[in-house]
Amino acid sequence: MSFPWAKHYEPKNPVMQWVDSRLPLPRFVYNAVGAGYPVPRNLNYWWNFGVLAGVALVCQLITGIVLAMHFHSSAASAFDSVNVGIMRDVNAGWFLRFAHANGASMFFVVIYIHMFRGLYYGSYKAPREMVWLLGVVIFLLLMATAFMGYVLPWGQMSFWGAQVITGFFSAIPVVGDWIRIWLLGGYAPDDAALNRFFSLHYLLPFVIAGAVILHIWALHIPGSSNPTGVEVKGEQDTVPFHPYYTAKDGLGVVVFLILFSVLIFFAPDYLGHPDNYIPANPLSTPAHIVPEWYFWPFYAILRAFTADFILPAKLWGVLAMFGSILLLFFLPWLDKSPVRSGSYRPMYKVAFWVLVADVLVLGYCGGSPAEPLYVILSQIAAAYYFAHFLIIVPIISHLETPKPLPGSITEAVLAKTGA
Amino acid sequence: MTSLFIKSIKFLVGGGFILVLLIALWGSIWGVINEPPAETAEHAMHKHPKELKLASDGPLGKFDERQLQRGFLVYKEVCAACHSLSLVSFRNLKDLGYTDAEVKKIAKDWGTKQPVFDEKGGTWGERDNLPSDRFPKVYYPGTGTPPDLSLITKARHDGAAYVHSLLTGYNEKPSAEALKHFPEFAKTPDGMHFNPYFANLNIAMPPPLTQDGQVQYSDGTRATVDQMSTDVAAFLVWTAEPTLQTRRMAGWAVLGFLIVLGFLTYGAYRSVWAGVKH
Repeated sequence: MSFPWAKHYEPKNPVMQWVDSRLPLPRFVYNAVGAGYPVPRNLNYWWNFGVLAGVALVCQLITGIVLAMHFHSSAASAFDSVNVGIMRDVNAGWFLRFAHANGASMFFVVIYIHMFRGLYYGSYKAPREMVWLLGVVIFLLLMATAFMGYVLPWGQMSFWGAQVITGFFSAIPVVGDWIRIWLLGGYAPDDAALNRFFSLHYLLPFVIAGAVILHIWALHIPGSSNPTGVEVKGEQDTVPFHPYYTAKDGLGVVVFLILFSVLIFFAPDYLGHPDNYIPANPLSTPAHIVPEWYFWPFYAILRAFTADFILPAKLWGVLAMFGSILLLFFLPWLDKSPVRSGSYRPMYKVAFWVLVADVLVLGYCGGSPAEPLYVILSQIAAAYYFAHFLIIVPIISHLETPKPLPGSITEAVLAKTGA
Repeated sequence: MTSLFIKSIKFLVGGGFILVLLIALWGSIWGVINEPPAETAEHAMHKHPKELKLASDGPLGKFDERQLQRGFLVYKEVCAACHSLSLVSFRNLKDLGYTDAEVKKIAKDWGTKQPVFDEKGGTWGERDNLPSDRFPKVYYPGTGTPPDLSLITKARHDGAAYVHSLLTGYNEKPSAEALKHFPEFAKTPDGMHFNPYFANLNIAMPPPLTQDGQVQYSDGTRATVDQMSTDVAAFLVWTAEPTLQTRRMAGWAVLGFLIVLGFLTYGAYRSVWAGVKH
């Protein structure tokens, strides 16, 4: 689909004419991310993060494929192949390794901002539910990929992280332990687990790439949302993606690369844990097992359940942790407000910022040791997290009186720029 | 009734999780009231590492070759008796300013030899080290497992500062105040040594650097305990990441390029959007 005023692909170059008439791939690209895709003219910088997530994925694929050429997926030599082979002997191996490890962090930074942008501007609402649903699928795949990637260097946190995460499955009643042993290929993480994690860690990014194509395809049916949440009404509301948003995203990409480079070249271990520079040792449990920062909010939810109430506390924790992500699938139907953008929703806007603060508190608790005060704080924050999506948002959508919406995107733009 | 149930299922699910969390919260608060978290020995006696300044610190930091050579000497004379350095190869020492011939000699004279398996005889023997060899593993029969030192400054919080503080921290005894609460620390268990910078407070390693001049420096630097521990910490920063300096130099080039590119893309963005209100 496209708007009727979308530009049509007319190749001037005879080679492109020849290709396009036989395989309309150039036309497809032109309509997807070229001048053939009309986009609202009022997108702000928060709309850069979709393209940035794509850039992060490509960076991870390129560095990851080259790293895989030098990695040994065996419990005996994985740590050495990373910390001696790649870090010391492979030409610029240190760069590949640091770019890949920090690239995962940058990917999550970008994805979280992208998701919160969707939450604030109601991008999940009709007719874009499918875009949101696919986005949640991508997020889940990304978490699985990142977890398995973190296991590969086979340091202490790799090993014990794998131990803890696969331990979730043993919370399943009756068959839990059996499932865990089946998933690991043994009683504890070892060669079998390391090899399958490596295999899946190589596979899943391509599954993500496929899901990203569907995500963009689904986006192109209704077209991009925008900060007013008012749908496009005519040609004056849009500009072609190229050159307008390629230029704006180009700027975003350079800023992204600058921050990324500061991490890679000047603080490559800042976001990591020192214990992962100790080779995996099944006989020595680290004092504090913590996942990477991007899992902290979910780790806090997991650990917040400390009471056995009908079900064991561990099972509650695991259910709630998965539930905290799965409930995002239902968000398009939990929020019944017809107004998309938080800018015109006074109550929702407050609830949104409280949620942001709540997730930051959860993150802080998840990264801290399981001491009573952090546990209490994470219990309150976890309760609020569920209340936000399942109680507060549905109620707000009934109670709230939205502010008047602008008549069109162009009207909003002209009012803002004072013309 | 059923339709009301279906309609309110989201409130029920949300309410369910929240109810269980509130029960757990009640338990936690009750626990804290009945049994306030007791002060731990670690909290009372553990010390944060002392500040340490090295030439390699900061985004413009460079290794001080002479210091690294002194640090290597300390490792060789003192640490190497128990601690391996098995991720580093002898050939890497050329980074420290040693010539090919010197590296060859260091490898040849190294105390621990390279194990070799005799395929014909089926027995293990040993040979001298070559520059292409990694530092041979040290097998330590006593109590405790001395960790490999190759990555130690990355594997501990505050890396080099931790190493320096640990090596110079044996004289700091627990305060009288702390001993009142934890009298068991008045006498350190046999074979252990109190060190406030060590996570467990009692460490199996005896004080390795005990007197000035323990290592003979040839460059005129006074070999005080503090100097030797600083030098070996600097050396271990290098072993943890020999490419540290290359990484930062590359970083400056990349940042310079990206900043210029940033101005260009900003200009392109402004010129493309000129005339379109947004």
